[in-house]
Amino acid sequence: MSFLSYLISGISLGSIYAIIALGYTMVYGIAKMLNFAHGDVIMVGGYMSFMATSYMGWSPVASVFLAMAVCTLLGIIIERLAYKPLRNATSLAVLITAIGVSYFLQNIALLIWSSNPKSFTSIVSFDSLRLFDGQLIISSVTLVTIAACIVIVCGLTAIVRYSKIGKAMRAVSEDKEAAQLMGIDINQTISVTFAIGSGLAAVAGVLLCSAYPLLMPTVGAMPGIKAFTAAVFGGIGSIPGAMLGGILLGVIEILGKAYISTELSDAIVFSVLIIVLLVRPTGLLGKKISEKV
Amino acid sequence: MKNFLKLKKTTRKNLVTYAMVILAFLAVWLLSAGGSISSAFRGQLVPICVYIVMAISLNLTVGILGELSLGHAGFMSLGAFTGVIVSISLQGSVSSDPLRLTIAMILGAVIAGIAGLVVGVPALRLRGDYLAIVTLAFGEIIKNIINTLYVGIGPNGFRISMVNAESLNLGENGTVIMNGPMGAVGIPKLATFTSGFILIMITLFIVLNLQNSRSGRAIMAVRDNRIAAESVGISVTRYKLMAFIISAALAGAAGALYALNFSTVVARKFDFNTSILILVFVVLGGMGNIRGSIIAATVLTVLPELLRAFNNYRMLLYAVILILVMLVSNNEQLKNMMKKFTGFFKIKRPPDLRGGTARE
Amino acid sequence: MKKYRILCMALALVMGLAVLAGCGPQATQSTTIKIGGIGPLTGGAATYGTSVANAAKLAVEEINALGGLQFELNFQDDEHDAEKSVNAYNTLKDWGMQVLCGTVTTTPGVAVSAEAYADRIFTLTPSASSPKVVEGKDNIFQLCFTDPNQGIASAQYIAEASLGTKIAVIYNNADAYSTGIYEKFASEAKDKNFTIVNVTTFTDDTATDFNVQLSEARNAGADLIFLPIYYQPASLILTQADAMGYKPKFFGVDGMDGILTMENFNTELAEGVMLLTPFAPDAGDEKTVAFVNKYKERFGETPNQFAADGYDVIYAIYEAGKKAGIKGDMSAKDICDKLIKVFTSSDFSVDGLTGENMTWSTSGEVSKAPKGMVIENGVYVGMQSGK
Repeated sequence: MSFLSYLISGISLGSIYAIIALGYTMVYGIAKMLNFAHGDVIMVGGYMSFMATSYMGWSPVASVFLAMAVCTLLGIIIERLAYKPLRNATSLAVLITAIGVSYFLQNIALLIWSSNPKSFTSIVSFDSLRLFDGQLIISSVTLVTIAACIVIVCGLTAIVRYSKIGKAMRAVSEDKEAAQLMGIDINQTISVTFAIGSGLAAVAGVLLCSAYPLLMPTVGAMPGIKAFTAAVFGGIGSIPGAMLGGILLGVIEILGKAYISTELSDAIVFSVLIIVLLVRPTGLLGKKISEKV
Repeated sequence: MKNFLKLKKTTRKNLVTYAMVILAFLAVWLLSAGGSISSAFRGQLVPICVYIVMAISLNLTVGILGELSLGHAGFMSLGAFTGVIVSISLQGSVSSDPLRLTIAMILGAVIAGIAGLVVGVPALRLRGDYLAIVTLAFGEIIKNIINTLYVGIGPNGFRISMVNAESLNLGENGTVIMNGPMGAVGIPKLATFTSGFILIMITLFIVLNLQNSRSGRAIMAVRDNRIAAESVGISVTRYKLMAFIISAALAGAAGALYALNFSTVVARKFDFNTSILILVFVVLGGMGNIRGSIIAATVLTVLPELLRAFNNYRMLLYAVILILVMLVSNNEQLKNMMKKFTGFFKIKRPPDLRGGTARE
Repeated sequence: MKKYRILCMALALVMGLAVLAGCGPQATQSTTIKIGGIGPLTGGAATYGTSVANAAKLAVEEINALGGLQFELNFQDDEHDAEKSVNAYNTLKDWGMQVLCGTVTTTPGVAVSAEAYADRIFTLTPSASSPKVVEGKDNIFQLCFTDPNQGIASAQYIAEASLGTKIAVIYNNADAYSTGIYEKFASEAKDKNFTIVNVTTFTDDTATDFNVQLSEARNAGADLIFLPIYYQPASLILTQADAMGYKPKFFGVDGMDGILTMENFNTELAEGVMLLTPFAPDAGDEKTVAFVNKYKERFGETPNQFAADGYDVIYAIYEAGKKAGIKGDMSAKDICDKLIKVFTSSDFSVDGLTGENMTWSTSGEVSKAPKGMVIENGVYVGMQSGK
């Protein structure tokens, strides 16, 4: 029974990683850049929802929409000011700019909301699920997180596969120049991708803080790195890959803690990651790159 | 001057780099002897040297070999803790400080180099971001393991444990060198600015010579087109490994120097953020551009200290400057705007020199 | 090539400024004592440094208003990093610091205290609690309990009050403070009337999900969980234990203080939590009430024990300074010698927010009595030993 309970905690943690990883993977797939500021957009999302519920008395659901709106806007602004001027620069230059943006967001949050941690009130308020005479308790946040993850993955897959902008995204990710020749506005497609990714970050932020109710300016940093790892694990650029990678990472982390060692849990997670990548060099669901000579 | 201009372009460029470092060293040394530099700046001299070596060594992996590494601080960490263990263990037997420092740095480099080999053999089969993530994972694993490592020396000999300091069973008067998350404390301060300068010179010598050697050209051929390089008979794995191991070993030596400059060092210092910081130096200085790495490492190490006057806005300002510099140096339009502005300071060069550099 | 020129110009500017800084006016001749402060104001540990900096500022203002000995405070950020901390220290030295209040955290504290020892600058740290900070350095003093002392005191408290028989421990094995307390607690527990049945850890990177640690504690039958950690992860542990329906007793140390004043925290979750802390913001004594009100008014937040430590450091320096007769025109070394003499003299004691009758040994450690507190109805209540 304890195994089941650990597995569920793992899936719950993993679902959060997965939602964050989706943001990484979408942006990477289209703009070919690692957006290291993604973790900090999560933090902003958490603070927005917190302010709406605690200071303005909004309902939790409304606060999620506010967080999404603000983060989407923030994503667009960051993209316009910091990344767009570098469209023709090397991907590493953009990576460093993203790190600058990450420092910027963390430090501005420190000035606005102070360094004192805040306790986040979970946006989910219904009772937790009790199974097997209360031996197995699945908290309501866990249920919502897992459901949200599934909905988001299905939604994103549908958008990418069937909508017009989704087709544009796929085209840009496949071949930028050819897409442009076909009349696709590359800049706009990239901006939309950023907007979607940042909106997702807001959802991830709210869920992260609901599951682990602690809000600080640095709250997004570590989940951001773990989610980036998850995105690569699953095969960067692949939407189902990000979900699989995220969930597996969460499960490995929790089970590693439970059955091997709590001291070395990070070392375990990252060792598994290295081993998997050695067996499958492009991640679990990544496309095999065939090189043209 | 005429003879100087007759030299090969790369040789000339390298000589300028060496001269720049030597001049900077002499200038700082003279000022320091005259007592006219602040304690704040003097305290930063060794860290600056360390970060310069870190930047040059990472540039070898990222710029010259063309593989993204996000775990360079992991090698630094190995070098740092090896250096600490060596220097404390030898405290009784080797009395000369510079000698002990040298041994510590060499062993730090050897251990980090071995780690480079262990990580490199499997990891260099991967490409791009997948390699990056393996190096990131390596850095995190090192951090996690060192956090649980207890090392001590005493009458019972040299002991290692992963439980706690007590289980080392060191006997009377034993010294605990590494104390888990508390890190190493009571480190003798052996590092000096001169030793940092010498390490920079050695690093420059190794990397610049490598860059201009047969092996260096092979490494860059692998970077530019792996398949083409392979087809003309270059052993891709061998050259990749070579660059990666040298890079790791230099980082190890720098790590040893770093640790021996402070009386304490903890594993947490060498985390993902430190790896990223060094990557920032490399990218800002220019990929494959050694002189750029030196300047960027110096400026970005001193910058946060100079911003202290801005109190709470210090790190915010640092972020803004970082973003702006990246934008200005990588965006065509902004670059042109800056050109107009800085054109005023432009130095007139002999035509052949300018022609030579424009092609880079 | 263009990039070079920009970078070169920046380099020249940096070098120039660095040299200029050295030429600046050295310690000005005045009667104010220059007190330097070092602690994290940015990064993950910013909350601790900010609390100390705020409270120290408050104390300096109060003291200056008294009209006697005058202080000037300059608090520098160290990002909870040894290298940055030494940089901050050197910056303060250039400023003409005569006494140091710092550092706030342990690892930077070890690095800076070695420098301050070499430079003979009197140092009183508010909260760097490892014995390594003061060990072998005659001019470095601590205002907080050392970590081993907290471990011993906790074990004794739990044993004497028979709070539990089967103890589980959850600690941060990437943190010097947490590990230091745990190790001493474990060795002290060997001959006590309770057994440690389960020990689990986490790191700053994995401080989110505690289900595994809590389940293991429950499976081991623990009736008390000892938490030698800070209040942020502790708040997550309390929340998750509640969600699991697991209700053991919880026992914390001074790092737990702050949990009740964490914005928006549901204090019901902390009901019955016991902790050893030198400071309780809702204590009724005049001094604490005045301090808490002033702090709230000025900074809009309830002070925690870090703030109280910072406040006490400045007052301890003030009391000792008055007694030693230090003046602003003395060299740092003279002040250092005078203050050491006072601090280690047998008739010097300070009544502060974090303890009555605080005295210091020559080793630099403080001696004061920890207060056992239990949280009842959202406030601290003194714990009766031997209940």
